Amino acid sequence: MATGAQTGSEYIKHHLTNLTFGKDPSDGIWKIAETAQDAQEMGFYAVHLDSMGWSIALGFIFIMLFSIVGRRATTGIPGGLQNTIEIIIEFIDSNVRDTFSHTNKLIAPMALTAFVWVLLMNLMDLVPVDFIPQIATYIGVHLYGMDPHHVYFKIVPTTDPNVTMGMSLSVFFLAIFFSIKNKGIGGFVGELTLHPFSSKNLLIKVILIPINLFLEGVSLLAKPVSHGLRLFGNLYAGEMIFILIALLPLYAQWTLSVPWAIFHILVIVLQAFIFMVLMVVYMNMAHDTGDH
Amino acid sequence: MNINLTLIGQAISFAIFVLFCMKYVWPPITSALEERKKKIADGLSAAELGQQALEKAKVDVDSKLSEAKSEAKNIIAMAEKRQGDILDEANVKASEETSKKLKLAEQEVEQLSMRLKESLKKDLSKLVVEGAEMIMKKEIDKSTHDKAIQALVTKI
Repeated sequence: MATGAQTGSEYIKHHLTNLTFGKDPSDGIWKIAETAQDAQEMGFYAVHLDSMGWSIALGFIFIMLFSIVGRRATTGIPGGLQNTIEIIIEFIDSNVRDTFSHTNKLIAPMALTAFVWVLLMNLMDLVPVDFIPQIATYIGVHLYGMDPHHVYFKIVPTTDPNVTMGMSLSVFFLAIFFSIKNKGIGGFVGELTLHPFSSKNLLIKVILIPINLFLEGVSLLAKPVSHGLRLFGNLYAGEMIFILIALLPLYAQWTLSVPWAIFHILVIVLQAFIFMVLMVVYMNMAHDTGDH
Repeated sequence: MNINLTLIGQAISFAIFVLFCMKYVWPPITSALEERKKKIADGLSAAELGQQALEKAKVDVDSKLSEAKSEAKNIIAMAEKRQGDILDEANVKASEETSKKLKLAEQEVEQLSMRLKESLKKDLSKLVVEGAEMIMKKEIDKSTHDKAIQALVTKI
């Protein structure tokens, strides 16, 4: 527990609020939100410093680790680190080859980035829930003179819908871009309007267009939402359970947190994998010019 | 839980990381993997070639060995023959030598016996002459007798 003075629900709320830096609507000054209410009022013009910081830091760890190995890559006997990274790369490569049947140099590196990055961000979930937030509180209180109840710090970027949706929407727009590039605007629009119901009769065809557009539009828009929210939901739920376990008395916590952490290892890897595979599948659909 | 600029920030950083990965991570590692694959394939084929060469060498060794064995046999046989020859030769030489030596010894013995005979003859003839002289000292002229005796000696 963070502090004895908090009630259980306060503790949970505190843990589910991001460290938000944004424009205060009342005076128009950019500052760190002091309460969850403040953060909400800031609206769109705000940044979650903790999510952004951790996601960029973890992304840097990924890029640094892999590019160092890439620079030192030997064709002879690989060392332990190179071996591990080669296993990951071969794993991604074989998955992309299985799912993606076209040639695009972007897809495999993108899948690798998404998989490792999301995996690293998910792994933050295994760090004890109060460990880093307590350090952050200590720093906030002693360096910036903040109220300890106002220092919010979430360390798992994938429990922030902005992060997961940010990635899934990038994939969505990239898919639309490749779709139009490969099928032309006509092909893209045709895909949305002439399926799944079609007819030889021109009049019926025209009548069917709005129905098709509705169905295809929903399925098109559902893709990025389900893509992003699936990852967010799983990690958010996992984090939530860790927070609930942290409400137990100290001596009893391990009885639940250890089994849940062990189970969660599976969720972490699985969700990163699913995120990567879905991304490749959407990319593959964007490249499919074949007949429906 | 608020949707805000973090969304766009994440999208931008995702794009940057993907581009970086595409440029500096993916190509070197995959090319290293590819190269290693080729290296291993090359190594395997080289090993197979080596195996074949080894087998060929084994066959070679066997044939050379048998050749050397037969040659050695020949040499031994020749040496044996040669040994026999040398022994024979030595035998012949030795027998020749002995016979020569024997001849020489015989000749010497003959000469010795001749000389002895001669000296014995001389002594005998002297004795005879002296005896005859003693007997017929007065009647017979010494010189005529000597002549007769000389004639006798040569006859013997």
